[in-house]
Amino acid sequence: MAEQMTGAEMVIEALADQGVEHIFGYPGGAVLPIYDAIFQQDKVRHILVRHEQGATHMAEGYARSTGKCGVVLVTSGPGATNAVTGLTDALMDSIPMVCITGQVPNPLIGSDAFQECDTVGITRSCTKHNYLVKNVNDLPRVLHEAFFIAMSGRPGPVVVDIPKDVQFALGAYLRPEEVGASRHRSYKPHREGDLNAIEAAVELMLRAERPIFYTGGGVINSGPEASERLRELAELTGFPVTSTLMGLGAFPGSDPQWMGMLGMHGTYEANMAMHDCDLMICIGARFDDRITGRIDAFSPNSKKIHVDIDPSSISKTVRADLPIVGDCGWVLEEMVRIWRSKTNASRAEAIAPWWKEIETWRKRNSLGFKNSSSVIKPQHAIRRLYEATRGRDVYITTEVGQHQMWAAQHFPFELPNRWMTSGGLGTMGYGLPAAVGVQVAHPDALVIDIAGEASVQMTMQEMSTAVQYELPIKVFILNNERMGMVRQWQELLHGGRYAHSYSESLPDFVKLAEAYGGVGIKCSDPAGLDDAIAEMINVRRPVIFDCVVEKHENCLPMIPSGKPHNEMILPDHTEDIGSIIDAKGRALV
Amino acid sequence: MSAHLQPSGSAYFLAAETQTPERHTLSVLVDNEPGILARVVGLFSARGYNIDSLTVSETEHEKGLSRITVVTVATPKVLLQIKLQLERLVPVHKVHDLTAEGKALERELALVKVAGAGEHRVETLRLAEAFRAQVVDATTESFVFEVKGKPSKIDSFIALMVPLGLVEVVRTGLAAISRGSEGM
Repeated sequence: MAEQMTGAEMVIEALADQGVEHIFGYPGGAVLPIYDAIFQQDKVRHILVRHEQGATHMAEGYARSTGKCGVVLVTSGPGATNAVTGLTDALMDSIPMVCITGQVPNPLIGSDAFQECDTVGITRSCTKHNYLVKNVNDLPRVLHEAFFIAMSGRPGPVVVDIPKDVQFALGAYLRPEEVGASRHRSYKPHREGDLNAIEAAVELMLRAERPIFYTGGGVINSGPEASERLRELAELTGFPVTSTLMGLGAFPGSDPQWMGMLGMHGTYEANMAMHDCDLMICIGARFDDRITGRIDAFSPNSKKIHVDIDPSSISKTVRADLPIVGDCGWVLEEMVRIWRSKTNASRAEAIAPWWKEIETWRKRNSLGFKNSSSVIKPQHAIRRLYEATRGRDVYITTEVGQHQMWAAQHFPFELPNRWMTSGGLGTMGYGLPAAVGVQVAHPDALVIDIAGEASVQMTMQEMSTAVQYELPIKVFILNNERMGMVRQWQELLHGGRYAHSYSESLPDFVKLAEAYGGVGIKCSDPAGLDDAIAEMINVRRPVIFDCVVEKHENCLPMIPSGKPHNEMILPDHTEDIGSIIDAKGRALV
Repeated sequence: MSAHLQPSGSAYFLAAETQTPERHTLSVLVDNEPGILARVVGLFSARGYNIDSLTVSETEHEKGLSRITVVTVATPKVLLQIKLQLERLVPVHKVHDLTAEGKALERELALVKVAGAGEHRVETLRLAEAFRAQVVDATTESFVFEVKGKPSKIDSFIALMVPLGLVEVVRTGLAAISRGSEGM
């Protein structure tokens, strides 16, 4: 006999049954019954945020660093609309999230009631799926289905909108095993790829002379085993490996086969190899425009194998010669098995000329920069941060902009789930709350938000959350008093007319940290950087580190918009940077 | 206007489109639940796809299924994307490209109001008969015809009615089904 309880109690019960330990939320009129239920239990721990957007990014950081589902609880109206940015971010980056929103009571829906908004209407295009639950008897099924949909297939955010009268209503609670996976028989993601296609892929790999693995966030989403299989396959084949921003950590940054990130701010060797390869093995990446550059000149002479769990990602922008729809981990495992069954011999000799060519590209040292003894170079700051944190249990989040790209370039990762960044949506303000979420999941780890002074002010209020829950996050701000990437594009594209891209009236970040109850550290002298970083790491409290860096540094290398992979701007460019992009390229984003 | 302020085309597909757009009829089998039409229509508008005609109705009540018939104009590449994007929606069961799968049956119904007097009235009725259009309302100055068939037939009928005093037209949009014994 199913247990009778209120809708609000069902929410807590369902969260507990789904293995949820932490939720990120903010109370309000339309979710008070659920907050009352939270008050009377200790299965699920609630983290009180300072803004609903913060809650969504915390849930993203939590999810991405654990592989679990992030859970958000917000009220109706502004609570829901404030969550929209994080929902969209999670959709773009395929992050599993369940967001429970309160709604005005059923009889008031459609009456423009206080704090009413059409939550399912607003979030329809920024969620994987969403629900308005009008009857308490539907609630258990919907809640369990929400988790199933968020976590399975290509993960994504799911909104469950619950009117206040449904939260008060009594109904029968059903456990996950009692409701089945999904009422939607139409939703059946499949993990298993077509074995014939996988075998054909291995055949192509065995014949390739200029192959490359191009991996993405799908490998991370598939779980740590997928990263293991990728490493195994790379070792077996001896092929070079590059990755998108979202896929960093799936392959170790210290491995000689690692080429660095590819794309707009990727390494010269990764982009040249993508352009000149004869076989591209794309695993869990989606040929985003930041990766491809000019699409009609993208890797013109290669056969393309594309492994993705989402059929709509295949041949969306770049035509795949050999599509494989399936889970990355599953397909990689089969690739390893089939490769082993076909050969014991190494392909090293066959691809030696390819590696030789790659080495000449590597010698260009595309991540090089001119260091300085008078001013801290941002790249240098990240490299010192990396050195200081080596061997520690470290997680990195970022905001969006130059600092994000520099972090991706200069902070290598050995493990998956260690790198949290907003790739698809490019949400400034992501990193600080994401760090809070990561620290909630990993209380003893070293969690650092590599930030810019502009981005970090978008969600700075979450410092208060970090202080409240004693989460010792480190906010490492590369402060150039500019919206660096905007400034760079203005230099590149708009004749150096720097419209509104400088940060005036910046707060004193040290005082700000102290005002929040955290620790503030400022450093502007390259000679004092290492000591200051060490001080930051050793403080077991939230820290804002104001690292004052060179103001006009450009983030290079760069594929300018409208250009193909083999026309990068390298750090040793001599041309005037403003004359590189033609009129057509200027219109691009 | 200086060069850098001139607008250009699409940001991502710099290559000129080489495929020509085709008109296709898609049949979409969905769970009949609140918001499903908004999901489908929203997907079309959000991704910039065209809708030429749209018909929705519940078709299997016990199973809670509806069928949506969409007529769209797109290049083959985009048509495939439309199908795959529709299939991503959780309540969508199947999407069939009826045009690609062979000659599907396509029918539409229109109500056509024509006003006139004298010779025009006689001619109107004669043409209506030729098109097997039924008179469903009549006054001394007007007729309302019900005409059904292929969209091209309805187009022709409406075109003929224009000089005879066409007042207004309402069309149901397309209902389409595949030929033969196979179901969706």
